Amino acid sequence: MALSQVNAPIYEALRKFRRMRIVPFDVPGHKRGRGNMELTEFLGEDCMNVDVNSMKPLDNLCHPVSVIKDAEMLAAEAFKAENAFFMVGGTTSAVQSMIMYACKSNDKIIMPRNVHRSAINALILTGAVPVYVDPDVNNQLGISLGMSVEQVEKAIRENPQAKAIMVNNPTYYGICSDLKKIVELAHAHGMLVIVDEAHGTHFYFGENFPVSAMEAGADISSVSMHKSGGSLTQSSFLLMGKNINADYMRQVVNLTQTTSASYLLLSSLDISRKRLALSGREIFAQTVEMAEYARSEINSIGGYYAYSKELINGDSVYDFDLSKLVIYTLPIGLAGIEVYDLLRDEYDIQIEFGDLGNILAYLSVGDRKRDIERLISAMAEIKRRFGKTGTNMLSQEYISPIVAEPPRRAFYADKISLPLEESVGRVCTEFVMCYPPGIPILAPGELITEDIVKYIRYAKEKGCQMTGTEDINIERLNVLI
Amino acid sequence: MELWFTERHTPNVKFSIKVDRQLYTAQSEFQRIDVFDSKEFGRFLTLDGYMMLTEKDEFIYHEMITHVPMAVHPNPKNILVIGAGDGGVIRELTRYSNVESIDLVEIDELVIEVSRKYLPSTACCLGDERVHIFCEDGVKFIRRCDNKYDVIIVDSTDPFGPGESLFTKEFYGSCNKALRDDGIMVNQHESPFYDEDALAMQRAHRKIVESFPISRVYQAHIPTYPSGHWLFGFASKKYHPVHDFNSVKWNMLGLKTKYYNTKLHAGAFALPNYVEEMLREVE
Repeated sequence: MALSQVNAPIYEALRKFRRMRIVPFDVPGHKRGRGNMELTEFLGEDCMNVDVNSMKPLDNLCHPVSVIKDAEMLAAEAFKAENAFFMVGGTTSAVQSMIMYACKSNDKIIMPRNVHRSAINALILTGAVPVYVDPDVNNQLGISLGMSVEQVEKAIRENPQAKAIMVNNPTYYGICSDLKKIVELAHAHGMLVIVDEAHGTHFYFGENFPVSAMEAGADISSVSMHKSGGSLTQSSFLLMGKNINADYMRQVVNLTQTTSASYLLLSSLDISRKRLALSGREIFAQTVEMAEYARSEINSIGGYYAYSKELINGDSVYDFDLSKLVIYTLPIGLAGIEVYDLLRDEYDIQIEFGDLGNILAYLSVGDRKRDIERLISAMAEIKRRFGKTGTNMLSQEYISPIVAEPPRRAFYADKISLPLEESVGRVCTEFVMCYPPGIPILAPGELITEDIVKYIRYAKEKGCQMTGTEDINIERLNVLI
Repeated sequence: MELWFTERHTPNVKFSIKVDRQLYTAQSEFQRIDVFDSKEFGRFLTLDGYMMLTEKDEFIYHEMITHVPMAVHPNPKNILVIGAGDGGVIRELTRYSNVESIDLVEIDELVIEVSRKYLPSTACCLGDERVHIFCEDGVKFIRRCDNKYDVIIVDSTDPFGPGESLFTKEFYGSCNKALRDDGIMVNQHESPFYDEDALAMQRAHRKIVESFPISRVYQAHIPTYPSGHWLFGFASKKYHPVHDFNSVKWNMLGLKTKYYNTKLHAGAFALPNYVEEMLREVE
């Protein structure tokens, strides 16, 4: 029987497998949960029952020939890609695989500096050299935007031997570059276009969203199904266009991917793909409706600015993702990160992130109207109880990096640890970033400046969760000797 | 044939009433609504399988949630009631002739419709000309209100399901804002007895304490609610529920009540030691 989007081959195989009541003399050693009853009580028997190993009836993610292969075919069809892989190491592993496919040691890759750390990690792994395109910046809101086409053109002209261009579609803040145009340019110069769509799953299923990577003709894309798509944390898709050799890509993925892929993750991808293929349009229409409602209510509170398509400028903000509820908080005298903390500590509401000037509430397949009402009321209450006139508020500024060494060389070089203030003028060998969003303030190989140190101090003082350095307190930085 | 309604009070305790017949069942946009007749408790209403009211004991709940704040506030004219689609609180409120306006905000229109049809003993006064009915989310409604009400009565369901948001700090904060400077908020406060209810009770109390300068708790005995021992929250910007309470004045109104009286008013704020301790823990 021919498969269609109503099928979920991995899920169906697992259900069948459960009925077979196979006696396990293989891993995992908890043996359907019996060996770890406390965990089984916590997660539920149904869950433990399908936490199984690769085997003939269930296929093998490293070398799919049956149900996983079928499921990947259906996913490719749903995303209108040539091929699709199920990924179990997060979108991080998908992003790394894209870069490891496109670049070898010393190859150049053009990318915006506001990429996720996973992309720069991949540069350390491959030894590829980044050519950063400074993203355009909205100074009022203090957010990095997309890449302007002109800047990309310039980078291509100056680096004709670059192998690939990487694009965020969208950024964490919902902002999209002119992807079609960038694809055109890149392909005209023989470069691959690789796209981080960690925050763009819904582009493939909803209506009136920015163009998706596959539709724009990009070559590879990493899609976090677990973000807006509803699958389990850590599960993602790697999508490939027709220029990509999927069999070679499989080998690249297998360099770092586990050989014991979790069937909980795989089945969650399978079921979520089916759900979005069948009813994604209505689901995301609802998500957007809720986001639009929340935006208008929050803007009517006064002070806050929940922005939307009015940011579009035809270039560095080519399009805006309406499902993203991003709110500028500085006019009420509170940093985004402060509002983020207040929402959780005072109102039991956890949002996705707060930076210095903005917060992001993530809306997706699972939101309820009444929770949106709570969020809006909590925002109104925060303004009433904690609002002040905003003076001395630093907004997020984009600090143009000065790349002194390629990331890989800096990361592996001999280094010493210096107190933050004494590190100015030295070359950093590690990452510094606020998590979330996980976009580096400093990456290995970049020059440490006074502005950067000031920024790190301010972010720490406001309560941003800083990560990346060897020193867990971020009081010292590793620098080149 | 025997037909029983059963509600799970804890994973290990069940409470059952023998049902004579089921009069109504429907799934609204928000919840499942059922109405039954029984020999022991008369007619009763359940939402998502949880007991809301029975004809036999509803007077206890409705009198206690209404008359306590109405007796403390010296001149309550504008009242807001959230939840309470069954009309019980409205029935008690409309007995006060000096009340000028009662806004009723019920999220589920169908609850009002079903109550009007099947529960005339509580829904009797929903048609009073001072009553204005708004079918919308209480959290949303109150967000827009400022310095407007003398008394707010939060007649919510449990802190899960549609009533969940009426147990949040953003809601209590909005209530504070919606009240005048001497306003009072009274709320359904869960029970101190079974662990899960007690936890919800403590969480609610902590949030109210953080939202109002005066926050006390009082009790009543409601046979059909889990454990029968039920609490109400009294939060206020100015008046203390016992010290600022004029019993002579209330008695002069000549309202006839079945459960509430002015002696019991003061006594209801005297709580068992274990309850006092639970409240202190979060104050």
